[in-house]
Amino acid sequence: MDIGQVFTLTITQAFGVTALIYLFAAIGLNIQFGYTGLLNFGQVAFVAAGAYAVGVIVLTFDLSLWLSIVVALITSTLLALLLGIPTLRLRADYLAIVTIAASELLRLLVRSIAFKDVFGGAQGLNGKLGQEFHDLNPLPVDFTLPLLSWSRQDLWVVIVGWCLALLFTLFVWGLVRSPWGRVVKGIREDEDAVVSLGKNVFVYKLQALIIGGGIAAFGGILWAVAKQSVQPDTFQPDFTFFVFTILLLGGAARVFGPIVGTVIFWFLLAGFGEVLSSLINNGYIAFLTPTDVGSIRFMLMGLGLMLLMIFRPQGIFGDRRELALDAR
Amino acid sequence: MLRRVRLALGVLLLATLAFLVSGGLSPAHAAQTSITGTLTTPAGVAVSGVVVTATGPDGVSASGTSDEKGVFVVPLTAGGTYTVEIDVSTLPEGITLNNEADASRSLLVLGGEKRIIIGLSEGGESGIVADDSGTAERVIQLFLDGVLYGLVIALGAVGLNLVFGTTGLTNFSHGELLTLGAFTALAFNTAGLNIVIAAPIAIVFSAFVFGWGQNRILWRPLRRRKTGLIAAMIVSIGLAIFLRYALVLFFGGAPQSYKQFAGQSGIALGPFNTTPKALILGALAVLALAATVIWLQRSRIGKATRAVSDNPALASATGIDVERVISVVWIIGAGLAAFAGIYLGLTQNTVWNMGQRILLVLFAAVILGGLGTIYGAIVGAMVVGIFIQMTTLFIPTEMKTVGALFLMILILLVRPQGLLGRKERVG
Amino acid sequence: MPANTENTTKMAPGRAAAVEALRDVARVPGSPKPDPILVADQVSRQFGGLKAVDVTHVEIQRGAITALIGPNGAGKTTLFNLLTGFDNPDTGEWTFNKTPVAGKAPYRLARMGMVRTFQLTKALSRMTVMDNMLLGASGQSGERVFKALLPFTWKAQERANTERAMELLGRFNLDAKIDDFAGSLSGGQRKLLEMARALMVGPEIVMLDEPMAGVNPALTQSLLGHIKNIREEGTTVLFVEHDMDMVHDISDWVIVMAQGQIIAEGPPDAVMKDPQVIEAYLGSRHGSALTADGASLTADSQGGTT
Repeated sequence: MDIGQVFTLTITQAFGVTALIYLFAAIGLNIQFGYTGLLNFGQVAFVAAGAYAVGVIVLTFDLSLWLSIVVALITSTLLALLLGIPTLRLRADYLAIVTIAASELLRLLVRSIAFKDVFGGAQGLNGKLGQEFHDLNPLPVDFTLPLLSWSRQDLWVVIVGWCLALLFTLFVWGLVRSPWGRVVKGIREDEDAVVSLGKNVFVYKLQALIIGGGIAAFGGILWAVAKQSVQPDTFQPDFTFFVFTILLLGGAARVFGPIVGTVIFWFLLAGFGEVLSSLINNGYIAFLTPTDVGSIRFMLMGLGLMLLMIFRPQGIFGDRRELALDAR
Repeated sequence: MLRRVRLALGVLLLATLAFLVSGGLSPAHAAQTSITGTLTTPAGVAVSGVVVTATGPDGVSASGTSDEKGVFVVPLTAGGTYTVEIDVSTLPEGITLNNEADASRSLLVLGGEKRIIIGLSEGGESGIVADDSGTAERVIQLFLDGVLYGLVIALGAVGLNLVFGTTGLTNFSHGELLTLGAFTALAFNTAGLNIVIAAPIAIVFSAFVFGWGQNRILWRPLRRRKTGLIAAMIVSIGLAIFLRYALVLFFGGAPQSYKQFAGQSGIALGPFNTTPKALILGALAVLALAATVIWLQRSRIGKATRAVSDNPALASATGIDVERVISVVWIIGAGLAAFAGIYLGLTQNTVWNMGQRILLVLFAAVILGGLGTIYGAIVGAMVVGIFIQMTTLFIPTEMKTVGALFLMILILLVRPQGLLGRKERVG
Repeated sequence: MPANTENTTKMAPGRAAAVEALRDVARVPGSPKPDPILVADQVSRQFGGLKAVDVTHVEIQRGAITALIGPNGAGKTTLFNLLTGFDNPDTGEWTFNKTPVAGKAPYRLARMGMVRTFQLTKALSRMTVMDNMLLGASGQSGERVFKALLPFTWKAQERANTERAMELLGRFNLDAKIDDFAGSLSGGQRKLLEMARALMVGPEIVMLDEPMAGVNPALTQSLLGHIKNIREEGTTVLFVEHDMDMVHDISDWVIVMAQGQIIAEGPPDAVMKDPQVIEAYLGSRHGSALTADGASLTADSQGGTT
């Protein structure tokens, strides 16, 4: 097998567009779950809100991509209010069930025939979604990187995506070291104690949900712009759980946790996939076929999530004493 | 350290249970990746000229048209999650889809030839009542459909709620207990046993291996380690993902049917159209649920279960062996879930994500009845089942689950403790 | 009562003032106080079939240490939860500084100056001792999400709060621990931290739920000293305790609850001789023990989870 090619493909994945989408969702989830302790199992809904805002504004209404970014943020804020107001006063597992239910509910709505004119039904919205963004691409037309297999268009998305990701990381860093961050960390530790000190816990939780949702919505925007396509069935609940895996891998409540987690997650996943595929294709593993690689990858993700949560809930680089994720 | 190793081994062992059950039932893989199927009327006449389109993850779509034998092939370039749509306008006059939701479905294609089944009906002859029949009849039909569906939900929800009540675990892998039950039956069925024999064996097998065994290998050690409930919840999600794709690996991603009773013809009981198998299964479900309720009311361990659900610390202090109760609860919960899975497998089909698809409905039922309240699950399940079916009077069939999920969120707003729950449990 | 009038001149000024003010108050349940900070009427709360709290009338004197005692399951913690807004009563009205506050959210009551601690100490384990303290400071502009990202808008305030926290931690002998995680402190130190944190809010009344529970005897004395100091600085103290002997030394006034009701009130010496009180305590060890414990279980789990 060609080790060089496997490595190139793996790196391309670890820093690529898909990894970035998960990264934005993970940065948002880090604020919600890592720092505030909110068990948001519907993060995918915020990503979908961002993606559909672009799809609907650009394709259905034929308006500007830049307007759609504003709409995406408004939509994700409304979604956070809608999810948060009924559930943030309730126990953690209720929030988990409601958020996952709401994300499924929204997916079923946008894929329904009834709203096909707006959301494109089960096929979603496909077309020149990111044209205005790609028109700004400053890279020379025949530009290629020596090792990595990104197209000119993808490379432009990747560069802007990583800049934004670093910006959001800086934003989170600023937030969590402020008194605001102190309050939300207190909420994660013990809500009642924070209430007894005169803080309106509900408002802080709502703020965390809105901010985290807004950052996740950027993942959706990136998705629509990079893949020029928005499809309902890509926004399944499992997306959220992979984001949880990423966050736990890198370390929840650590500013760089999402970045570390995303890169490692996609590096391992892609690397494993490529290695296994090439082993199978070259006849080293006779009892598997190339089509099995997909299932095995997902199985490993599930197993990884379990083992991480059991043995290293503080992430692979975290300090157990500080971050052992307890709960009641 | 030893305990750690044992736990890790346990996780792996549990994970490989699917191997043991299936014993290498890996499906044959064809070289060409495609989605294919055959369209025929209930009378067996091939339906040609119907356009089927598949749209892939990157927005690339391909389509195929059914030929004179009714066979269509949609060639694909790669595996992935596809949206398969049937252009209803190309169906011949008088031919409709059995199930409106079939017009558009999501499908995981891992490679090879993926067969899909599309049920057609001719002139409202099939089990689905056409719109032109009387509203009163339609109401009765949907209500009774709802009762049957409610029974399936109840079978699944009881275990979910019992486990929550006794251990506090919100088990996101409970759906997979249904799936595992259905596939265990499928494995025995494929091995040559008639489903009538395979089903009870699979239920007992599931109860002890997937229920008792799962608790023993995974959850009990986690409780000993004092793993938090939220952490445990996330562990259950990892387990669910693992089990689902293990099933895909060993059984393939396509829906499969049991060898017997797959295409049973319908019967009419007055205005109610159904199949004999659905009625028999419904009756058995009522028996199983009644037995569970009586067991909880009468038997020593049943009473102990209620005591543990009420207050584990107090129950333990009064000399109840809490771990024993939990073991029993897992056995019963997994057994009932396996029954629910086989029920779904017989009336619809078995597919790797069948449990995942029904999980949120189970949660809706449990929340409606009251999380942790034992009879709440059954009451909630019947309400949700009937609600889901009846709402199709007003909203498109494809959105019926939307209604149930919306109802659940509404309940949380108005009465978060559920219909039968106590207020103290919520805060 | 001779014990009270004895030597008011030798007492600390806060104590002397409190004893003086309470001298002529009637020793009956629900007696009116000269300068009440908290007045409650008809407060009741039912769990299932059990009336956990049923208080007709109670007043808490400003500037004094009032002990709320009673056997297990008497409804003390439940009453605490109700008064501080952490639980909702079935009936009842109460005022804080003459403002009606029934039905107000607990965080609002805390901001108004009514700050409580918990029976099971709620130190925020994975935060440092200093962060625990700073969380207590009220009116921080850096806690507003829009200003949080502009450190120059809150740095000065943060410095002032840190100084105040240092000063308080010094008094509670925790100043060597400021960078330790609160979770690494001993049980007694956590109690001290929780008390210091409550004082960071700048309360008019601190309500301590069993401050001595789970504290080793050596620390108990210093804990009592801290509670006295709180009064000397002009802050009213109301605390729950089930051990009668513990309250004798520090409280200016004692309110006794049994089975949800207030059965006696008065200075510590008088109350302890009250046959009704003795019976309530002894009785709880005999006949009514089971039901009373049941109430306590419900009440405590309430306190823990709401």
